[in-house]
Amino acid sequence: MGELTMQERMKIKRHAMPNQDQEARRGNFSEVALGYTAEMARKEADRCLQCKDPQCIKGCPVGVMIPQFIKALREGDMVKAVEWMKVKNNLPAVCGRVCPQEVQCEGHCILGKKGEAVAIGRLERFVGDFELEHRTCPLVKAAGTGKKIAVVGSGPAGLTCSVDLARQGHHVSMFESLHGPGGVLIYGIPEFRLPKSVVHGEIGYAVDCLGIELKTDHVIGRSFTLGELLEDYDAVFLGTGAGLPSFMRIPGINLNGVMSANEFLTRVNLMKAYQFPDYDTPVRIGKKVAVIGAGNVAMDAVRCSVRLQRILAERNATAPGEAHIVYRRSSGEIPARMEEYHHAREEGVIFDLLTNPVEILGDEKRAVKGLRCIRMELGEPDKSGRRQPVPVEGSEFVMDVDTVIMALGTNPNPIVFVDAEGLDRTRQGTAVADAATGRTMKKRVWAGGDVVTGAATVISAMGAGKRAAADINAFLKGENTWD
Amino acid sequence: MYRILKKEVLSDVVKLMEIEAPHVARRARAGQFVIVRIDEFGERIPLTIADYDRDRGAITLIFQELGKSTIQLGRLRTGDSIASFAGPLGHPTEIENYGTVACVGGGVGIAPIYPIARALKQAGNRVISVIGARTKELIFWEEKMRAVSDALIICTDDGSHGRKALVTEPLKELLENREMKISRVWAIGPAIMMKFVTLATRPYTVPTTVSLNTIMIDGTGMCGGCRVLLEEGSKFVCVDGPEFDGHKVDWDNLLSRLTFYRDEEKRALDLYNHKCNLDKATVAEDR
Ligand SMILES: Cc1cc2nc3c(=O)[nH]c(=O)nc-3n(C[C@H](O)[C@H](O)[C@H](O)COP(=O)(O)OP(=O)(O)OC[C@H]3O[C@@H](n4cnc5c(N)ncnc54)[C@H](O)[C@@H]3O)c2cc1C
Ligand SMILES: Cc1cc2nc3c(=O)[nH]c(=O)nc-3n(C[C@H](O)[C@H](O)[C@H](O)COP(=O)(O)OP(=O)(O)OC[C@H]3O[C@@H](n4cnc5c(N)ncnc54)[C@H](O)[C@@H]3O)c2cc1C
Ligand code: SF4
Ligand code: SF4
Ligand code: FES
Repeated sequence: MGELTMQERMKIKRHAMPNQDQEARRGNFSEVALGYTAEMARKEADRCLQCKDPQCIKGCPVGVMIPQFIKALREGDMVKAVEWMKVKNNLPAVCGRVCPQEVQCEGHCILGKKGEAVAIGRLERFVGDFELEHRTCPLVKAAGTGKKIAVVGSGPAGLTCSVDLARQGHHVSMFESLHGPGGVLIYGIPEFRLPKSVVHGEIGYAVDCLGIELKTDHVIGRSFTLGELLEDYDAVFLGTGAGLPSFMRIPGINLNGVMSANEFLTRVNLMKAYQFPDYDTPVRIGKKVAVIGAGNVAMDAVRCSVRLQRILAERNATAPGEAHIVYRRSSGEIPARMEEYHHAREEGVIFDLLTNPVEILGDEKRAVKGLRCIRMELGEPDKSGRRQPVPVEGSEFVMDVDTVIMALGTNPNPIVFVDAEGLDRTRQGTAVADAATGRTMKKRVWAGGDVVTGAATVISAMGAGKRAAADINAFLKGENTWD
Repeated sequence: MYRILKKEVLSDVVKLMEIEAPHVARRARAGQFVIVRIDEFGERIPLTIADYDRDRGAITLIFQELGKSTIQLGRLRTGDSIASFAGPLGHPTEIENYGTVACVGGGVGIAPIYPIARALKQAGNRVISVIGARTKELIFWEEKMRAVSDALIICTDDGSHGRKALVTEPLKELLENREMKISRVWAIGPAIMMKFVTLATRPYTVPTTVSLNTIMIDGTGMCGGCRVLLEEGSKFVCVDGPEFDGHKVDWDNLLSRLTFYRDEEKRALDLYNHKCNLDKATVAEDR
């Protein structure tokens, strides 16, 4: 077959993602999106117009060389496709699965203006999965420089920073307070969206190839302080994320059956409570669950609830129950990835929009028995142009629920900032750092990812880790100074 | 992996283990705790640092076998290893010279009260200690406690050792005795005991510090599962505590939250016992 013409390319329809059966997946934690076949990937790649001035790249926070990798892919040169990918992105199997593509790369793709964008994320995942399986693009470590760097936190930011620095020949120690590396990728995002084998595959490979020293169970601020790290290391990177959950200030938050999404997801994902009692950590889910919020965290929590409810119902031969999203704005403002919102709907999640909780009601045993809510309507646009939800007077009602999960956003955990004099923080508790270099106000300390931006995205955290690694490397090689 | 350097059986259900964890021992102080996970399938459980040896990089734990995790831990032997050991977590006890203080330890709470009593003594306080348990077999470290206390009172519920009383009884007498001038009380033990200690000290307005033992997961402030209701609002025990002013704690809320996973805990234990029995049976058959 010869080269396709532009018109022919534009006639090809975007290839749907093969998904696990809607009904079956409600009762298991296996991955929902199954991934393109080689055939589908090749055909989807054929849709790309190889623009002279590719808009898609501008939408990607790390500037993945999208047309280049897609070209290699459609020419059947997978090795080359991986190489192009890895110029900017070390974790394509992760990003291809979890990036909010519709507002990033795909949101900028020229084809999306009139029709449907090239499925860049799905192609990226295909390339990432190929590399995970075949390892055609080994990570190589440069000759040792004798410099030592402490990276705190092993989420996307810390991982990316560690890999880039280790490749330059520096000795990297990565400190992690939990018992395993990965940050939100292992404790937050569920198996059915991002299989842990993918995360472990990527991290294990990087750590082994590059000799990164992984120090789990090390809580910086407690086991060692930042000041102590600065004595032993030439540079310190903080990628500690934004893991501190917030609770609504309404009556009843301490009742049994109220938990943060972080607690719920940590039990389910990190501790594998969905496999209790094979794993020791239990999780309690009721028959009627309300998840408050509508971001990625809320979608993950509600979809885990659906699955746990179904598993329990099958075990006890009872009815499966209900899982609700309670959100004070309307569907247009839902901040979650589009795909997750659609998947949640398909899985039977009930959306109570323009609804705001005002009180959690308890029974005589101090367990949740209801959620008092008020209806909202969208009022005048505020300074940011967003229409603000305002309560509708007299519209209070009680939802019949027995479990309430709060997914209201998170802030940086302050535990790392012990003995960190001079390191400025904002009122929200985020570290002040230069966006281009990651430098904080404290000498030889860099920071990036959610600890600087507040809860954001995997790819933006990776980008920050990458920029900081470049600056740390230049600093350690004496190519630039601190002041 | 973290190696068990030493194991001692303090009573049928109370065990001591010394564990090699230099990264924890280097900064450990009285009042802090660790999070332990036995193996890949294990849950993360909090245990107080009963003692530490910085030179040998070792941490001493004392635990009561209550459910699946602590029973499984208790079956490990010297030389075995456990998968995770994170810490030291929480804030250390604030030690000053307060004058005369009372240290109350109930059951396995005797272990964490010991380093506090010792530190208070070293800071120049007159230390009156009260330790208690259900029965004689559950009292341990009597001599160690005596060595760091100016006076030691022992109670058991059944009178098999020391006074037949709950720890609150001698405590009330101490508070009643004006010459004693108890200026502060520390109490560690089962939540229900700590609740009654704070009820006992409240009329005398003696500041009472308790160490709370809520259910925890990460122990680093990222789940909120350990939250407790205080007069001023909700706090996370793992990072804001574990020690709090006992007079401000909503005990009934704490007690009810502790029971939330009771059915699951029982199920895990039953299954574990069942497995152990099967193992024993197969071992017997092999012979
Ligand atoms: C449930 C959930 C779903 C999400 N879904 C998406 C999605 O679909 N797409 C997307 O792009 N983004 C998503 N996000 C956001 C994304 O995961 C984060 O923006 C990203 O992980 C931030 O990376 P990070 O490296 O900055 O921090 P984290 O991933 O939070 O990692 C920080 C690490 O530092 C460790 N740490 C913290 N304090 C210390 C300390 N004192 N000492 C040692 N270690 C410490 C933590 O244990 C953690 O492992 C989601 C987030 C959550 C919670
Ligand atoms: C900061 C802190 C320090 C602690 N220090 C010690 C210590 O030094 N020695 C020690 O023996 N224990 C200590 N505990 C309690 C210990 O963590 C629990 O006993 C343990 O988690 C029980 O696990 P399990 O699987 O064996 O029992 P489970 O099956 O989980 O529980 C068995 C029984 O114990 C109760 N229980 C469960 N969790 C707790 C808890 N956190 N506190 C009290 N009762 C509980 C349950 O309601 C149930 O009745 C501490 C707890 C905290 C929060
Ligand atoms: S990293 Fe994310 S935003 Fe960038 S190209 Fe890949 S999927 Fe798109
Ligand atoms: S904008 Fe779309 S069509 Fe153009 S190069 Fe990028 S992916 Fe291809
Ligand atoms: S144990 Fe998770 S916040 Fe305290």
